[in-house]
Amino acid sequence: MPIQYYLFLSMALFCIGIMGTLMRRNAIIIFMCIELMLNAVNLLLVAFSKMYADPSAQIFVFFIMVVAAAEVAVGLAIIVMMYRKVHSVDINILNRLKH
Amino acid sequence: MEIHEILFWFLTVMALGCGLGVILSRNPISSVLFLIATFFAISGHYILMNAQFLAIVNIIVYAGAIMVLFLFVIMLMNLNADTEPQKNRLIQFAGVLSGGILFLVILAALRTTTSNAADFTSTDIGLMKNLGKVLFTQYVLPFEISSVLFLSAMIGAIVIGKKE
Repeated sequence: MPIQYYLFLSMALFCIGIMGTLMRRNAIIIFMCIELMLNAVNLLLVAFSKMYADPSAQIFVFFIMVVAAAEVAVGLAIIVMMYRKVHSVDINILNRLKH
Repeated sequence: MEIHEILFWFLTVMALGCGLGVILSRNPISSVLFLIATFFAISGHYILMNAQFLAIVNIIVYAGAIMVLFLFVIMLMNLNADTEPQKNRLIQFAGVLSGGILFLVILAALRTTTSNAADFTSTDIGLMKNLGKVLFTQYVLPFEISSVLFLSAMIGAIVIGKKE
């Protein structure tokens, strides 16, 4: 498969993630869309790693997965704490930093 | 078409369709299930590119650990389609429009990239033996630092999540 196909596929996945982040109001769905964007970047890194026959890119993908796992643990803990306080995951309610 | 191309197109359609399902479905539970299907499609792409270690890690870490965490939190909060807040039509349309415009801009910028498909041959760098050799020689310090990151994330999640 030519590299462009992987380029366009991961671009499309990344843009789907951006659309979801802008469209939805549920904080958990927005978080999931961020995961989708991270995975699109991972896919492109693996494709480039195969193109240049360089294992460093796959190590980077491994570290991205590690950081994503840590980020999800902390982020979900924050969302659970906010839900306990305001009984909602609507981001229009979670805007106290704005005022 | 040979089997490789058929699998590529099948996995591409599956990834994009399930990705759209994530952002379009009303129910958060079905969003999570669509996202798991997307991760399986991406793992299939990794296997097609002979990156078997990352395919397995993707399934174990993402589909196995992270998405189960999401499912737990959603079920804990008892969210469903009725309580799901919706943005108004105008903001949804603006979100889709800006995402689509970004897609068009990157598409226009990368449309003329030349393919060196000759370089895109079968390699065995994605196998566990080669990756392990690189990870534990060249990248051993980031690997150890990431374990400290995990520990701090674990403690941070417990401290944030516990009732005061």
